[in-house]
Amino acid sequence: MTMNAKVRVATVWLSGCSGCHMSFLDQDERLVDLAKKITLVHSPIVDVKEFPENVDVTLIEGAVANEEQLEMLKKVRARTKILISLGDCAVTGNVTALRNSWRHSDQAVLERAYKDPADLNAAIPTAVPKLLIHARPLHEIVKVDFFIPGCPPHADLINYVLTELLAGRTPVMEGRSKYG
Amino acid sequence: MSVNIIKLKIDGVEVTVPEGTAILKAAKDSGIIIPTLCNLEGLTAYGGCRLCLVEVSGTPKLFPACSTPVGPNMEITTQSDKLKEYRKMAVQMLLAERTHICSVCVADDHCELQAMANQLGVDHVMFERNWSQDEIDSTHDFLVIDRNRCILCTRCIRVCDQIEGVHTLDLKLRGKDSQVIMDLDEHWGNSCSCTSCRKCAKVCPVGAIYIEGEPIEHTKKRDIAEFIVERRNRR
Amino acid sequence: MEKECKVARTGCIGTCSVGPAVLVEPGDYLYQSVTPDKVREIVRDHIVLGLPVKDMLYKNEAYFQKQHRLVLRNAGKIDPSRIQDYISAGGYSALAKCLATMTPQGVIYEVVTSGLRGRGGAGFPTGQKWSLVARSHNTPKYIVANLDEGDPGVFANRTLAEADPHAIIEGMLIAAYAIGAEKGYIYIRSEYPLAIQTLQKAIAQAKAMSLLGEKILETSFKFDLELRFGAGAFVAGEETAILASVEGRRAMPRPRPPYPANSGLWQKPTLIQNVETLANIPLIVQNGGHWFSKTGTPKCTGTKCFSLTGKISNPGLIEVPMGITLREVVFDIGGGVPDGKKFKAVLVGGPSGGCLPETLLEIPIDYDSLTKVGAIMGSGGIVVIDEDSCMVDTARFFTEFCVDESCGKCTPCRAGLARLKEVFDKITHGQGEMSDIATLEKSGVYIRDASLCGLGQTAPNPVITTLRYFKDEYVKHIVEKQCVAGKCFKTRDEEELE
Repeated sequence: MTMNAKVRVATVWLSGCSGCHMSFLDQDERLVDLAKKITLVHSPIVDVKEFPENVDVTLIEGAVANEEQLEMLKKVRARTKILISLGDCAVTGNVTALRNSWRHSDQAVLERAYKDPADLNAAIPTAVPKLLIHARPLHEIVKVDFFIPGCPPHADLINYVLTELLAGRTPVMEGRSKYG
Repeated sequence: MSVNIIKLKIDGVEVTVPEGTAILKAAKDSGIIIPTLCNLEGLTAYGGCRLCLVEVSGTPKLFPACSTPVGPNMEITTQSDKLKEYRKMAVQMLLAERTHICSVCVADDHCELQAMANQLGVDHVMFERNWSQDEIDSTHDFLVIDRNRCILCTRCIRVCDQIEGVHTLDLKLRGKDSQVIMDLDEHWGNSCSCTSCRKCAKVCPVGAIYIEGEPIEHTKKRDIAEFIVERRNRR
Repeated sequence: MEKECKVARTGCIGTCSVGPAVLVEPGDYLYQSVTPDKVREIVRDHIVLGLPVKDMLYKNEAYFQKQHRLVLRNAGKIDPSRIQDYISAGGYSALAKCLATMTPQGVIYEVVTSGLRGRGGAGFPTGQKWSLVARSHNTPKYIVANLDEGDPGVFANRTLAEADPHAIIEGMLIAAYAIGAEKGYIYIRSEYPLAIQTLQKAIAQAKAMSLLGEKILETSFKFDLELRFGAGAFVAGEETAILASVEGRRAMPRPRPPYPANSGLWQKPTLIQNVETLANIPLIVQNGGHWFSKTGTPKCTGTKCFSLTGKISNPGLIEVPMGITLREVVFDIGGGVPDGKKFKAVLVGGPSGGCLPETLLEIPIDYDSLTKVGAIMGSGGIVVIDEDSCMVDTARFFTEFCVDESCGKCTPCRAGLARLKEVFDKITHGQGEMSDIATLEKSGVYIRDASLCGLGQTAPNPVITTLRYFKDEYVKHIVEKQCVAGKCFKTRDEEELE
C-alpha cells in the first residue's frame, strides 16, 4: 500500500437488522471526508458479490447464525487485516442470540417461525442455509481486532474508531462505547 | 465514647475520617468513586461483586473497599492497571454468566452493569456466554423477576430484610445455581409475606426485578435505603 | 493355661490398604488384613502361646518409621468409647495441670512458645489467635472446633474424632480456660455418623465425670460443649461460613474484618480452631511449648496429618513432622506408585491444592514452601497421580468440584470457575484453541486474587499449577488433539456410558 493509495474498507451484514449499517451511514457529511481516505470494496450498499482479497479494514454487523455466515466470516477473516465487530449482535449475539436460551435453538426457532404460525402446508424450508445450534458473536469463532458495541452503535463512535485507525492510532473504548 | 478521627491517603490524597469508616465511604466523601455493583448505602456491606477491590500499600492482597475499615496512615490505591483489569474481568464474568441483552432489557440505559461495562471499556466478553433459561415470574400483581438478568448482588434480599423488615426474599441453591426466591420458593404472587413495597425493584442494579408497565426511570430509586436509614436515624 | 485378654474396639490406625487391622499389646504387634480364620490363629499362637504370627504381621515398617504421631498418639490404641481408656493413657492430665497450676496467660504463653500454627490450612499462629480472643473484654466468648472436612479423599479429622474424641474435647477445654470462654461448639459434617456418635458419647461421659459443665474438676471453671451439624458443603469449612451455619444461617463466608476473634458468633469474640490443632494442645500443655517446638522446622513446628490417597501402594492416614520432603511421604511412607506405573504428579492440599511434578518432590512440607510452588497445606490431602491420568482432565475435575461447591456469593468464584470449567470442556472435547490457555491463566490468577474466601482463592490452584508444570499436555490437547492418558476426546455418548 503506497502512501497515496486509499485504505480498502469493507462492511459485511450477517444476522442483524441492518441498523448498524444505518448508523454507519448516519456519519452523514463525515462520510465525504471518509470517502477521500477509503474505498469501499464490499458492502451491502455496493454491488460487489464476491468478498475481495486484501482488505484493510472490515466492519461486520450481525451475529453468526447459519452455516453460510460461518463460511463467510472465515473467508472475511482470511482476507482482512483488521476485523471489527460492529454492533451488539456481532459483539454479544444480542437479539439474534435471544433464541439461544432454548436447547437446540436451531430447531426451536425454525418450528416457531415456520410451523406454529402456518395455517396450511406447515414445513421448514430446506433450501436455505442450515441454522447453527446457537447464534454466536464473531470473536467466539475468529479473532476480532476491535469491537464497537451498541444497538446500534452511535455514528460518532463508528466515526471515532475509523478516524483513529486511519490515523494509525488505537481507539480507546473506555467510557465511549455503550451496550444496548 | 468518642470516635477517633484518623488520617490516611486515598490515591495520594490525604483524607480525614472517623476510624472504622469503610474505605468505599471514606473515598466517596472525598470525591473518589470506587466502582461497585453489590454495595448500596443504607444496607450492610456484602463484599460479593468484587468490583470495589483496592490495593493497600504494604500488602499484595486486595481488599473490598465496601467492607474494609480504614486504618490510620493507610495508603490506598483505587485505580491501577491491575485493578482495572480485574474489574473488567468481573464485569465480563457477570455478563457471561446469564442472559444479558441490553437492547431488549427493561433497564437499558438505567442499568448499573451496563454502565459499568461501558465505563470500564468492556467492549466484549472473552468467555462464551452462558444462555440461561429461567422462567420469568410475573405472578405478582405488578412486580416481576427475571432471574436471567440477576447478578446475585443480593441488594433486593438485604433491602427486604434490613429496610422493609420482612425478609420475603432470600437465596436458594448455591454457586452458579443460586437464585433469589420468595418465601420458601413460592411464586411471587403466592408469597404471603411480601408487602409489595417495591423496594427490591427500586434498588436492583439491573433489570432483574422491575414493575410491570412502569417506566424504569420512575421505578429505580437506588438511594431509597440510604434515605430511609437517614430518616430513621434522625427520628 | 489360662490368660486374661481384653478385646477393645479402637479407631483407625491409618493403614487403609490392609484393613481390618488388629493390634496386640504389649509390643505393638500389628496384624493386617485380618479375617475370622486369621483371628483364630492369632489367638492360638500369639495370645495363648506367646508366639507372634510373623507372616500375618504388617510388614511395611517404613510406613510407621517415618511417621511422628502426636495428634494420632492414641489412634488405634485406645477404645474411643471409653473415657477411662483416654484417662489411663494420660488424658485430661493436661487440663488438670492447667486448672491447678497455670494461669490462662501461662497457657497462652506455652502455646505461643510452641509455634503451633492452625492446621485447618491457613496456618495462622495459634498462640497469637488465642491472645487476640483473650484480650477482648467483650463477653461471652465462644470456641468453635472445625470438623467440617469437606474435601474428597481427606479423612484426617474424621479419623481423629472416631479414634480419640477426648483429645479434641480436652484441647477445647484448655483453649476455653485460656481465652475465657464458657461455651463451645464442634461443627461437624452430618456425613460423619460414626464420628458424631463417638463425640456424642465422649461428651456425655465427660459431663458425667465433671469434665464438662459446671465446676470442672471442682474448680470454678465451667465450659459447655455442643455439636452442630453441617449439611455437606465444602465451603462450610471456611471459618466465617461456619459461624453463619452455627448461628443457623446459610453457610456463606463474609468479608473479614471483622475477624472472628473480635466479632464471631453472635458478634462475640470467637476462637475457631481445626480439631487437629486442638488435639495438639494437651501435649503442649503437658510437655511445654519448648518441647513441642523441637519437632518440625523452626518456622513450622510440630506434625501434620495427611490423607494419602490416589495411585499409591500404601494409602492411609499418616502423621509426619513438618519439614519432611514430599518424596519421603510419597515413596518411603506411601511406597510409591503400584503396578510398575510411572509417577506423574502429586496433588497437595485437597481439591484446591497444587499439582506438583516429580522435580519438586524434594521440597519440604511446610506452609511456606508449599505456597511457593503453588500448592497449599490445606486440609492435608495428598493425591498421587500416575501416568494413566491426564493432567488437563485432572484440573478439569477439580475445577468442576469447586464449581459445585462455590457458595455463589462472589463473582470470581461463582461466575469465574464456571467459565473455567467451560473452557476445560472445550479443550477436552477437542475444540480447544491456543488462546484458551491464556484465558485459563488470566482468569485463574484473577479468581485466586479476587475471591472473597479461601475456597475461591485456592480453587484455581490445580489449574494454575498444571498450566505451570504440565503445559505441554494442554498444548498437545489443543494442537494435536491428543491426550497422553487417553482420557479425553470422548463423545458425549461415551461419557454417558461411563
